[in-house]
Amino acid sequence: MFEEYFRQYAILIIFSLVATSVPIGMLAISFIAQLINVRPSRPSEVKLTAYEGGMLPFEERPEKFNFKYYYYAILFVVFDVEAVFLIPWAVKYGILTKQFGLVALLGTLIFLTVATIGYVYAWKKKKLDWIYNEK
Amino acid sequence: MSNLLAENMLWRNIYCNVSKSSSDCIDMGYSFGIIPSGFEWLAFILSAISLIGLVINGVLGGVIVLIWGERRLFGRFQNRTGPNRWGPYGILTPVADAIKTMFKEDILPKDADRLLYNLAPIMVVVPVLIVFSVIPFGFGSYVVDLNVGILFVLAITSISSLSVLTAGWSSGNRIAILSALRSVALLISYEIPMGLAVIGVIMLSGSLSLGSIVESQQIPYILVQPLGFFVFFLAAMAEMARAPFDLTEAESELAAGHLNDYSSMKFALFFLGEFMAELATAAIVTTLFLGGWKGPDFIPTEFWFGAKLVFVLFIIVWFRMTLPRLRVDQVLQFAWKGLFELTMINIITTAIFIFIWPEPGLKELLILALINWPVAIISIWGVSKILGTKQYENIESLKNENAYPYSFKTLPSEFYHQKGERGGD
Repeated sequence: MFEEYFRQYAILIIFSLVATSVPIGMLAISFIAQLINVRPSRPSEVKLTAYEGGMLPFEERPEKFNFKYYYYAILFVVFDVEAVFLIPWAVKYGILTKQFGLVALLGTLIFLTVATIGYVYAWKKKKLDWIYNEK
Repeated sequence: MSNLLAENMLWRNIYCNVSKSSSDCIDMGYSFGIIPSGFEWLAFILSAISLIGLVINGVLGGVIVLIWGERRLFGRFQNRTGPNRWGPYGILTPVADAIKTMFKEDILPKDADRLLYNLAPIMVVVPVLIVFSVIPFGFGSYVVDLNVGILFVLAITSISSLSVLTAGWSSGNRIAILSALRSVALLISYEIPMGLAVIGVIMLSGSLSLGSIVESQQIPYILVQPLGFFVFFLAAMAEMARAPFDLTEAESELAAGHLNDYSSMKFALFFLGEFMAELATAAIVTTLFLGGWKGPDFIPTEFWFGAKLVFVLFIIVWFRMTLPRLRVDQVLQFAWKGLFELTMINIITTAIFIFIWPEPGLKELLILALINWPVAIISIWGVSKILGTKQYENIESLKNENAYPYSFKTLPSEFYHQKGERGGD
């Protein structure tokens, strides 16, 4: 039984190894084609600059970016954890209602209410909107 | 071993033809193997690789057909013929494209981070391929049936946002990093409604395994879970970054975004990953909501699965051809203010329903369908009222707000005729 359980994951590990070899193999064929001079390789100064619409880039890559992305990251963490909490409850929900009755439903409704308060707060603070020009 | 052999017919056929002396196989009537006893591990690895090779080659072949079919359909939608030069009806066009991109010059920009730049295309393709390991293609034909199947799918597909960020960051290009940040904001926003939309299905089937979810569908869950289907389908469309949610690439604004500096085979791998994601999305939607391989018995289950898959793919292409690209604020609002509420409504209605009937039979499921469709229509109408064009109707608030609502529908007609501060004449 125990061994059987891990055989599935052994197949899955072999699957991911084979899946990894597919794109690497394609890149390898393409690289070998360069070695035998089928694929051209003629780099030049202009060709190797970053393509920004034909102009020469006048700046290094941006090290700083807008703060609004962090709002989405934080909201994502909060509500994704909510989803993770809901999934095990959802799997056993049919059994839970038979055993505990209304508690199984009400417990989750309270949990959802607490999460929804945070959601409404974020909405009222306009953190769910895309802010174009924050002043 | 016995359980795997008993349930997984593909695995049984391959393993029992490889291993000579497995007692389970002999019990089932397989007597001809090659590898003798004492080498069960070798038989296991060989048969695993051949099973996996079968599925991966099937997927890659499916992608070739999908690219061809999609381009033909694009042609038809745009009132032209589509590719028709290579092979009969142009079916060899994707092969020609692959050979062409493979022998193009590969450029490594001088600002690029070499390791990450090469790693990103691999990271796009691998997770999407791994998703196919848990999908049941027919009765008893799958690679593995994990007991956490759908959770595994959600976890693996969320790697895609990481690969987009890697690609954008490593190019050393400002357009690429802008696009990568935007698309990561999009991808993580749509992961939440996607995860929450599945919960209704999980509650009804009582299992996370995709095989059990298919088997528990007395009627396809699209009938009982219209909101779940709607949200999951749209969120999955956004997750694979196709139009109308293709801000990731947005050719006209971001010059192909994070793909900007990629060329040759690496560029092709991004598109391979994108088309495989389309195939995987269609397969998961089929499995969760359309009854998977289930259907009347007169044709094999794999064909039912394939027919439903093609139908979902056609709808995805139809969406892509018909709808214009949304603005970034519209996309994110749609995820946070629209789909999130719809999933909440769906979870609560399904929870109350299962509280009344813990083990729903066919009759109860039909009652749920009768309740859920009006609920779905009313809540979608309500959300469209909240997110609709009303909020931009007042032209005075337009001038004062920092919002930037240039859009065809949202601006009233007199806005175009006025001269002055914004936009001139």
